Amino acid sequence: MTVYTYYPGCSQEVSTKAYNLSTWAVARALGLELVELDDWNCCGTSPSYSLREVSTFALNARNLALAESQNPGADLVTVCNGCFGMMDKTSRRLAEDADLREEVREALAVVDLEYGGSVMVRHLLEVLVNDLGRKAIEEKVTRPLEGLKVAPYIGCAFSRPSGIDDMEFPTALDDLLSWTGADVVDYPLKASCCGGILMMSDKQEVALKLVRDLLADAVRRGASCLATTCPLCHLNVEAYQGQVNARFGTDISLPVLFFTQLLGVSLGLGREELGLGMELVSAEDLLAPYYA
Amino acid sequence: MSTDVSTVAVQRIDLPLEEEMIMQREELLKCIQCGTCSASCPTAYAMDYTPRQIIANLRAGQLEKVLRSNTPWLCASCYYCTVRCPAGIQFTEFMYHLKRMAVERGLYPRGSPALYQAFVSTVDRYGRSAETELMIRYFLSRLDLVGLVKLAPFGLRMLLRKRFPLFPHRIEGRGDVGRMLEHIEGKGKA
Repeated sequence: MTVYTYYPGCSQEVSTKAYNLSTWAVARALGLELVELDDWNCCGTSPSYSLREVSTFALNARNLALAESQNPGADLVTVCNGCFGMMDKTSRRLAEDADLREEVREALAVVDLEYGGSVMVRHLLEVLVNDLGRKAIEEKVTRPLEGLKVAPYIGCAFSRPSGIDDMEFPTALDDLLSWTGADVVDYPLKASCCGGILMMSDKQEVALKLVRDLLADAVRRGASCLATTCPLCHLNVEAYQGQVNARFGTDISLPVLFFTQLLGVSLGLGREELGLGMELVSAEDLLAPYYA
Repeated sequence: MSTDVSTVAVQRIDLPLEEEMIMQREELLKCIQCGTCSASCPTAYAMDYTPRQIIANLRAGQLEKVLRSNTPWLCASCYYCTVRCPAGIQFTEFMYHLKRMAVERGLYPRGSPALYQAFVSTVDRYGRSAETELMIRYFLSRLDLVGLVKLAPFGLRMLLRKRFPLFPHRIEGRGDVGRMLEHIEGKGKA
């Protein structure tokens, strides 16, 4: 059986732990073997890359080197769009830029690590859609999410600039959600920006407006919840709904769930193992029909 | 939100262009000023100069003006400009270059890199990001105690849902991470 090295990403430890829990639960239910990368470090994400280039690539190269030695031949799978983007960028740049490769090789050598370039970086959503596929997933769905109107908010870094899905209208999330029996709402803003790290910065105003647009459009299109594939997108569109309402005089209260949570419900998994109940915008009423 | 750049525009301080910048310049010459980047940018409306204007400014030698603008700090890294550019310019990467140059030269709108600096300070010490410490450091660096206090209700709601990280997670290899970064910094290549 194929083994995947799993890189959870920092957010999944506490603030979006539900994503981590539901990832493990779904993987178990689908027979996907994940082995967590031992002693992984932060990918640095855009703040680190904004301040230093080689150091950020070195941070990621440490994870790639650990993955290569801990599970030779296994793909490195993450659930965070940001981590995915950063590790994928590192992997590509190391392959094409000999000068950078040398800088990074030297830095790794300082701590007795080396990276041979063999690790493939992947996002869990893409793994589920491509490696397992429709049939394997549909046949395990015991509780179809009939009647659940979900907007597939996949965000930026899943397909841009990686190109693992269409860069304007990625469809992986629509596909996977449709296999759960959910009613996937047509959502043209699905790959639009949530503001990312700007939400925590002195540029918050700009990010709040982006989130307002994302939420208002989902509501207008009849969605009763949003599905996400990234903890930062998730935090922005979920935890900041109160601030959006206060700022724009709106009255939005739209549950947001990780795609792994919705998939898990359809696979018949329990609330606790999927981290349900940790939402700031309650999804209890929304999911009650499926736990009846 | 907007930054006052009018005063620096007249100073016309000539900055030495680093090799890196010259490399980027070749790329900039491919720009046809079509404005696809600016039209695709979700935050362009709040920028001192739109992405297209940034390139036009740089081609006219206005590097300092560009570095002092709020534009790079409003890039949310969505990569729409990059994937849509008909000339193949990787503008998002370019925004990252500008941020690094602005910080190296101390030319940036006050406070813009503070959040990023607070972020890396936790990652470099623990090997993982530490969200709570990050926000405390960030607001303290801005001397913004009111902002910090205003975060309390948010923190409390997260705490009630067991989503509030009280303590940083320190990885075993944090010493290794530190040594790698020191090595790179020691070579002047951060």
